[in-house]
This record gives sequence, structure tokens and C-alpha cells, in this order.
Amino acid sequence: MAKYFTQEIPRTDRIPRLVKHLYAKMPEIESARAKLITESYRQTQDKPIIMRRALAFAHILDNIPIIIRDEELVVGSTTIAPRGCQTYPEFSYKWLEAEFETVATRRADPFYIADSTKKELLEADAYWEGLTTSELATSLMTEETRKAIDHNIFTPGNYFYNGVGHVTVQYDKVLAAGYRGIIEEARQELDRCRIGDGDYCTRSQFLKAVIISCEAVIRYAERYAGLAEKEAFSCTDEGRKRELEQIAANCRRVPAYGASSFYEACQSFWFVQQLLQIESSGHSISPGRFDQYMYPYYKKDLEAGKLSREFAQELMDCIWVKLNDLNKCRDAASAEGFAGYSLFQNLIVGGQDKDGVDVTNDLSFMCISASKHVFLPQPSLSIRVWNKSPHDLLMKAADLTRTGIGLPAYYNDEVIIPSLLSRGLTLEDAREYNIIGCVEPQKAGKTEGWHDAAFYNMCRPLELVFSNGWDKGEKISIETGNVEDMTSFGEFYDAYRKQMDYNISLLVNADNAIDVAHATRCPLPFLSCMVDDCIRRGKSVQEGGAVYNFTGPQGFGVANMADSLYAIKKLVFDEKKVTLAQYKRALAMNYGQGFDAVSAGEIVTEILREMGKNGMEVNQDQVAAMITAVMNAEIPEEEKQEYEKLRAMIDEVPKFGNDDEEVDMFARDVAYTYTRPLLQYRNPRGGQFQAGLYPVSANVPLGAQTGATPDGRLAHTPVADGVSPSAGKDVHGPTAAANSVAKLDHGIASNGTLFNQKFHPTALSGEKGLENFVALIRSYFDQKGSHMQFNVVDRQTLLDAQAHPEKYAHLVVRVAGYSALFTTLSKSLQDDIIRRTEQGL
Amino acid sequence: MTTDYLQTKGRIFDIQRYSIHDGRGIRTICFLKGCVLRCKWCCNPESQEYRIQEMTVGGKTKVIGQDVTVAEVLETVEKDRPYYNRSGGGLTLSGGESLCQPEFARDLLRGAKTVGINTAMESMGCAKWEVIEGILPWLDHYLMDIKHMDSGKHKRFTGKGNELMLENAKKIAASAQTRLSVRVPVIPTFNDTPEEIRAIARFAGTLPGVEDIYLLPYHRLGQDKYEGLGRIYELPDLLPPEQAHMERLKEEAERQSGLRCQIGG
Repeated sequence: MAKYFTQEIPRTDRIPRLVKHLYAKMPEIESARAKLITESYRQTQDKPIIMRRALAFAHILDNIPIIIRDEELVVGSTTIAPRGCQTYPEFSYKWLEAEFETVATRRADPFYIADSTKKELLEADAYWEGLTTSELATSLMTEETRKAIDHNIFTPGNYFYNGVGHVTVQYDKVLAAGYRGIIEEARQELDRCRIGDGDYCTRSQFLKAVIISCEAVIRYAERYAGLAEKEAFSCTDEGRKRELEQIAANCRRVPAYGASSFYEACQSFWFVQQLLQIESSGHSISPGRFDQYMYPYYKKDLEAGKLSREFAQELMDCIWVKLNDLNKCRDAASAEGFAGYSLFQNLIVGGQDKDGVDVTNDLSFMCISASKHVFLPQPSLSIRVWNKSPHDLLMKAADLTRTGIGLPAYYNDEVIIPSLLSRGLTLEDAREYNIIGCVEPQKAGKTEGWHDAAFYNMCRPLELVFSNGWDKGEKISIETGNVEDMTSFGEFYDAYRKQMDYNISLLVNADNAIDVAHATRCPLPFLSCMVDDCIRRGKSVQEGGAVYNFTGPQGFGVANMADSLYAIKKLVFDEKKVTLAQYKRALAMNYGQGFDAVSAGEIVTEILREMGKNGMEVNQDQVAAMITAVMNAEIPEEEKQEYEKLRAMIDEVPKFGNDDEEVDMFARDVAYTYTRPLLQYRNPRGGQFQAGLYPVSANVPLGAQTGATPDGRLAHTPVADGVSPSAGKDVHGPTAAANSVAKLDHGIASNGTLFNQKFHPTALSGEKGLENFVALIRSYFDQKGSHMQFNVVDRQTLLDAQAHPEKYAHLVVRVAGYSALFTTLSKSLQDDIIRRTEQGL
Repeated sequence: MTTDYLQTKGRIFDIQRYSIHDGRGIRTICFLKGCVLRCKWCCNPESQEYRIQEMTVGGKTKVIGQDVTVAEVLETVEKDRPYYNRSGGGLTLSGGESLCQPEFARDLLRGAKTVGINTAMESMGCAKWEVIEGILPWLDHYLMDIKHMDSGKHKRFTGKGNELMLENAKKIAASAQTRLSVRVPVIPTFNDTPEEIRAIARFAGTLPGVEDIYLLPYHRLGQDKYEGLGRIYELPDLLPPEQAHMERLKEEAERQSGLRCQIGG
């Protein structure tokens, strides 16, 4: 008999109806949680923070409105409105108040908000003035750090404004023992505490907070049981009535007790996933190895004849839908960086167990099917790949990839496991890793990884080299000398490294300030009871209760910096075709391409600051006139031509992404300017800093805050995403690009690296297409790449590219061994290709 | 053992990596310059002449054609070895007609084969038998173009009759030294009737050892290049065959030859 069941199990009719219901209208902001937490906080001012958190959590769960959506089999919703969100004023709230009037109409991730909700939020928010984590974090940062943030060198906005999330808890523990079991564990630990112990007060308070939180969760599930019973009683449809009765029975049992069936395990899993969100607001709360911890329940029921594969698949599909019911409203700027209402709930299948044995099972395949059935962005499905991954699993994954959904992402055990070992994980723990959020590996239930701790823009320190530490008329960084005086590339590169080092130290300061603020104001007793060794140590993960502690801020722009520094090395120092002074002016003048409103605004701000120093005043009309004047300023034709010549020269310099040994190894070294210095820093939880190299989608908005770069990139255009080559600069196809990227040191970036590739569907068509695609992934991983994900360009994209060629300058289509930039082809040829795309799918 | 063959020189006009539609697995195609035929539909018109040319691509003038050694080509080929290992791919020679540069083609294949890289060649087989015979020991897969069974029509559309090629096809099949696939570019107005395809399939079916026929639908992706070369594309109104028509031809070819038949590379 085969080791696992690989056949496709069909989707039931229920699933598209659930999806339709979920997406019937724009998501909505609700105020219940904000109201309840504020009510509780007002009454607990005399208590320690950990207790206040537990009591507030309990008050929320006892009173927040609950709902069972039509036809659901797994229940638990955080909001009455589908895909709605609650607010979390204890972290920050002012940005939302400021955006009340625009949040429903903004471009990225709009949310409806009712006037009554606004009123209730304003009432609740009033309590939080000065009490939020973000306000405390601000006061903990040094002035230099705040200045660097203001000038967009890096942004720690994620945890600065929100809860941390970014964790995988011990789902297995809850499934097995239930919260009654965890309460018992905490009680026993409490019994061991002696009143005379030095840490008795804090430990006992923490353990009591855990017990209060777990009891609240049990009561919450019972509220659902009650609701289901009530709805069952009045339900006239016999089939649905029985379903509701089953839901009620499930919620009576789990998550209080261990799950006695696969169905109960599904319901228990869901309460954990949903309630972590209610407690903390963070994103990237990742289910992790769902196929592993759910498998014992599936196997037992299947073998006992109590469960059909079809029903198991339907339950999983229901959970997949539910994962899209959770939502989060971010501030407008962050919404651009995390576009797509994404909660980054990473769920990973396949890979090996703690002993190094491949543990792919039926559920691994069914998880992939669920993503295909539901066809929604959540969960962020991932596949662990190693030398012994079954070919069938990768073929199944590739079959999902070719739908164009952008899932799954592929991860390489052969890089990630040694990388985690080097960060102090045991071999057993490293082998059991899963991914948090986008690409961040860690061991579930033992780690507070602070992945995604900030975006660090590697391009900005290079601007600081050219400006000698100045930005927009203000000195914000160290002085590394006038570039005009630099006589060797070594000197120039050294200046870049110094600017990097200095700003990395500020980044660390920012993260650590925020870290302390979370520990002080928002420790999370519920989350902590599912992470070792919090209960034994008697402290929350925020206070250092986890076994493994990291802070992982991510750098981006590696490709731009590699290409930029390499171009300077070649053109200025090796070939002496241009001077640094000329380069500096070309960058300031945006290569003669004129200034957009953003640059013009920056230039005018600088002028105004100078004028202010001299005591001059200007009114608004004058400012507007100045901006217009700057935007319309004519650059002399001669000068323009000079810049064009420079850009043409830059164009000729080899670029990262083309399998060119010299420039690729150079890029490897440039990546070290970020990944290496970070390793020396520690966080307040006793853990180490570690670098990631990925931008989520922030390379676009943060690129918009970056001036022209020496690689020929114009001001305010996107920077390269992840460790991928700059868009359109890799011209030798996917294998050359993958080889280049694989030449970076992925192991040292232990917080994850991200490599995006785009494919035309014909590249994946047919069985042979899938085989070759899987071979491509395997080969990249043979060369020690860490992560890979794919965009399969669909017909819609091609049509859009035809209509808006300017947006798709780098879109390469490959058809029948011939490749071309799509936008350079004539209309009729484009039509041909669009037609082929349809055939390919 | 002497490795002089690595120094053999030849003229190429492109090396394309990650080719997945020509032969097995992920392949690197080396395009040799120069061709014996002048097919009106040719999608690589820059391949036809041996001399180094200029072509306008995206508004820029590009030099087409470069003289390189076998070792230089293999350096690029070697870069994708991990992909060949995983996919069963390797090096493919294309053109032009590779056999126009017989020593260079032979030594490229030999160089790859000697270091364990799978080899394939797209060719019409339009050369003296001695040339092909010299190549076969180094070739894993011969992708042989057969365009038409009627020599007269063949000559009108490509500039040459088909006798030599068909003769060579028989000899290659009889040699049993390489895997042999027959590839038919399906060109409307030239060979896209069921009768014409059936005739080719019938011939392919008689060749011993042939496993498969590929029907490659005409595409216009080379059209822009004619303009870039300052030439006139003689088939501007030709439309690619409909999918349904290709399916029908595929059935005909399968029935006639008893071979596995596939649309596209």
C-alpha cells in the first residue's frame, strides 16, 4: 500500500457558498473589543499588568458578541461582520482616529466604519492617552533613533503600532490535553512556588493569569455551545439542525478537554488560532505544521471507520475559509506594505520529524487540495523540501503553483536546519522547524522570534554616504567624509559600511525600546501558556519566558546596492569614466528625469528650513509656487545628455542576477554589510539579533521614499524585492537568476530570505512542465537557496500589461524557447501570446 | 587523452538557458549560425546567413554572430548542470542548421557528452552522411525536422528539395546510435492539410526506432526580427493554426504512424 493517499478529493458545494458569504461586502471595523478592554482596564488599575491583561482578556471573551455564520462547520468569529476586525487601543489608536474619514476609501485594504463605531472608539480611546506600547516605546528610544525613523532609514512600524504575533504555539498540547490540562499544569507549578521565593510575586501572578485566561477560553467555547444549541432548537432544516447539534457537542468538549475526534481537533485548533488574535492583535500567528499535529486524530478516526476522507477534507476546507475570516486594520502606510488584507498565517506541510525521517502524510496532500478548493490568500501555504521529500508532494504543490495563486512557497530544509543550528537550536528542534509569516523559520512552541521586527532600507545609507550624513537639510547620521575627496573604492565602500553599522545600531535601539514596551505594557498570558518554558519559568514570552529568543529585522535592496556599488567600483575607480562628484550630481538631479511632487516637496522643505534659520517666513501660496517651480525646472539639454550617457554606461555594467561570478560574489559581500553586524546585538529577552532579507511588499512604498541610486534606478521607484535581482536586470532566464541568488549566503540570514520568480503558464503546462518546474526548485535548493515562490502570470496580467505597458517594463514571456519582453512586442504578437496563455492553463 | 576538440572554433548567435520545450528536461540551447535552407516562416531569420550581421532589436543595433570555442560554450552550459541533473536535461544544438559547421557541432556534442551532459540536436539532417556519422557517437537525441514529403513543394518553400534529408533520416534510424524524434513545423498553406501530415507520419512510422512525432504549430514570434534585419516577412497574413485543427492533425498522425504524437515541443 502507498504510504499516503494522494488522490484529489473533490470540493463540496458548501465551500464556495462559505467563501461567497465571507466576501459579500467590504470588511468592517467593530468596537466591541476596544469597549470591553477599556471597561476592564478602568477597574484594574491597582493590579499588576499581567493580571490586568488576563482579566481584560476574560472580560472580552465573556462579553464580545458571538455569531455562527451560515453553514459553518467550524465556529468562532471575532467580529459579527464577515472579515471584520476589532481594534487594539493598548498598542496604538491615534492613527485610526486620524484615518476615520479615509479608511473606507483608501486604496490599500479599505475598511468600512460606522459612525456609531467611530463614536464608541473615541470614547474608549480617550482612556489610552499615554498608556500605549507605542508611546512608551517612543519615550524609550534615543533621539537619534527617532530621527532615523522620521527620515525613513528603517521602519519598525509593525510592532511599534501593533501586537507582535509572529509565533507558532503548541497546538499539539491543546489538542491533546485541552485547557483543563494547561490549567492543571499551571496549578502544579503554582504549588511548587514558595511564598518566600524572591520571584514569588511575579511568578504566581503570571500563573494565576494563565489560569484565568484558560478558564475564559473554556467559557467562550461554552458560549458557542449555547448559541449552537439555541440555533439548533429553532432550526427547521433537519440536516443543518444535526450539524448545529454536533457543533454544540464539540464546543462543550473542546478546547476544555483533549480532542477525541478529528472534528473536535479541528474545532479546538480553530479556537486557539482565533483567540490568539483577540488577545494580541499581531499578525503572522502561524498554524505551522498542521499536517503533523492533526494527523494522529485523522488517522485514528479513519482507521476506526469513524471518518471519511471526504468529510476530513471538507472540515479542512472550512478551516481554510475561516483563516480568511480573521482580519486586521493597519494604518494606511503599513497597509501599503502588507497589501492584501494579509494576516500571513503560515501553514506548512511536509518535511522531517525530530529524528530526521520524512513525515509527509495524507494531510500534507489534503492541505494543498484545501488551498486549491478555497482559492483564497490565507493560509500562507508552505512546503518543506528536502532531499527525501516525495516527488508526489512536490508535483501536487507545483500543480497548485500553476493556478497562479502564488502558493505554496517552497522552503529548503537543507539550508534552514543548519542555519537554525548555528543559532543555538538543538538538532531535534531545528528539524521540526516551521515558517512564521513570510519566510521566517523557528521551532514552534519554544520561540519568541520577533521576526519581521523592522524594514531596513539598505539603499538609504548609500544616500547618506553621498550626503555625508545629511538628509533633507538635517544631519541625521555620522559623517563619513566628502565623496569628492575619496580616492579608492575601498574608501567609498568603507564609508558605506560605516553608515550601515551606525544605522543598524539605531535599528537595534528602536527594536529593543519597543520590545521593552511590550513586556511592560502588554505581556500575553494566554499566548504564553502555549510556549515553553513560560509556565516553568513563571513569565510571559514578552518578558523572556520562551526557550529561544530572537529579534529579526529584515533588510532589503540587496540587489540595488550590489548593482550600485559595483557600478561605482567599475565606472568611477576601475575605468575612471565618471567622478564621484558627477555621480553625486546625477543622483541629486534624478539623472535629469525631473522631480516628481515628492522630490520637489523634499527640496522645498530643505530650502524652507534654510530660510527659517535666517528668520524668513513664507506663506502656503509661496510654498506651492516653489514646488511647482522645482517640478517644472528645466535642466539644460547638455546636462541632460550627460546624465543619459551615464545611465547608458551604468546599463552596460554587469548586474546581479545573470550568473556572472564576479558581480554575484560582490553581491554576496554587500549582503554581509547587513547580515553580519546585526549578529553582535542582543535583545532585552536575552536573545540574539538575526537578519532576514525580504521586504514583504514594502519594496514599493519604501522605494517611494528612496532617491535615485547609482544602479540607474530613478528616485521613488520600487527597489528590488527580497533577494531577487532588480526587476528587468536579470536577462538570462530563471536558471541564471536562481544561480545568482543562490550565491548569496542564505545561511547567515537565519530570519529568512525571499526569492520571487515569475513564470509564463506554458512553462508549467502538462506533466512535463510540472516535472521541469519541480526540477528547477530542486536545483536551486541543491545550490543552497533557502526559499522560492512563484508568480505565474495569468491572462489578466497580460491584458493589463497590454493596456498599461509602463507598469510591466520587465515582464518576460517565454514561449516555445523564445523569450521576449512582453511590452516590446507588437500588438498582434501580444495577442498571440495571450491566446497561448489561455491554452497553457 | 587529448582535449584539442575543446579549442574548435565556430560561430553562434545565441545561447539560451532554461529551454524546456526542446528535448527532455531543462536544457541550454546553443544556436549555431548559418543554414542551408531559407524557410519563409523561419522564426530565427538571423540564423540563416553565416556572416556576422547587424539587427535592430528594441531600437538598438545588435551584432548577431560571435566566434567562440567549444570550451567557451561549455563554460556557459556547465552553469546549469544542477538543473540537468534534476530534470534529465542537457545541451541542445540548434540553428540554423548545426551541420553547416560539422566539426564545431561534433566537438560541442563531444565536449558535453564527455563530461556527462546529455546532448540533443535540432537539425534537418541536410548534410553529407559522413558528417552525420561523425556526430552520432556523441548525440543522445536527434530532433529531426521533416517538413514535407513532396520534394517540389519543399523546394518552393525552403529553397531545397528533401531527398538528402529523407535519405539521412533512414540512415540515422538504421544506425540505432541515438534516440530519434521527428518534428514537423505545421505551417498553414504549406503543410497543414491532413493529407500532408499523414504523409510525413507514414514515413516516420517506417523508420525503425522512432518513438515520437512532435507537431509544432506555426507562430509569428520571429516576425519582428525580419524588420530588424531590414528584410520583408513574406507571410505577414499567416495566422497560427487553431488548436482544434492541431488536435485533428495529431489524431491523424497518430493513426497513420502508430507513434506517440504531441503538439508543441
